[in-house]
Amino acid sequence: MALLIDVASGVLIAAGCFFILVGAFGLVRMPDVYTRAHGTSIIDTVGAGFLLMGLMLQAGWSLVTLKLLFVLAISFFTLPVVAHALAQAALHENITPKLAEDRRTRALGKDAPTGTGDESGKA
Amino acid sequence: MRTISLAIFLFAFWLALSGHYTFALVGAGLLSAVLCALAARHMLVVDPEGHPFQLLKGMVTYLPWLAWEIVKSAWAVTRIILHPGLPISPTMTRVQASQRSAAGIATYGNSITLTPGTLTVGLTNSELVVHALTRDGALDLESGRMDRRVSKFEGTL
Repeated sequence: MALLIDVASGVLIAAGCFFILVGAFGLVRMPDVYTRAHGTSIIDTVGAGFLLMGLMLQAGWSLVTLKLLFVLAISFFTLPVVAHALAQAALHENITPKLAEDRRTRALGKDAPTGTGDESGKA
Repeated sequence: MRTISLAIFLFAFWLALSGHYTFALVGAGLLSAVLCALAARHMLVVDPEGHPFQLLKGMVTYLPWLAWEIVKSAWAVTRIILHPGLPISPTMTRVQASQRSAAGIATYGNSITLTPGTLTVGLTNSELVVHALTRDGALDLESGRMDRRVSKFEGTL
């Protein structure tokens, strides 16, 4: 049983490390600010997630596991806010995203009078 | 009612983080939890947004769903990054958020950002401006699948 848990946590930690490495590759390979943020979001979510789950298995049923769970929960609530702030700051600085297609001007369901002009004028 | 719930949550949090269960320390924890809850009540921050315990019920099914979405799209982005040709087609789009409350729209925006391959970059009223790594990712968001799921989660209040 202990061996089984060790193997499972080893696999999870290895998976976490793999995704963190992939995220780092993504950060280097992507062409601009916005696409680089997509690369790092892998680190934030599955990278840290699998790594912490592996550590939780190592810690067993203890307060440490609960605290690791808090770390995971807090990062899942705060990281998207940081990523959003970063991307919005880049947009405010008029860093134009390299786009294959811009669908921001597409019509929405209950769309017409408000909001549209402001949207397309921003970038 | 909400203040009592906040005090209970704070006290549970204290118990979880402390790990020392002597009478003096647990008593101090209880006292500070109650004092914090009363202070928060006095500052008028104990409202559905400050202490949204009504969302807990929906969380039980929403979080596993979101986790699976994250794993799926993380794998898709991983394949793109490791692909020699880096087949990205960055697309910006905007989507309508159908949630009624601010917390619901924030949940939707954060869920989009948490899912690798899509990133919320702006928000006006109930419209989200989204940057997607691939065109398919943008089209998937435009289909409103995640929007409906978040609305369902919000509706379980």
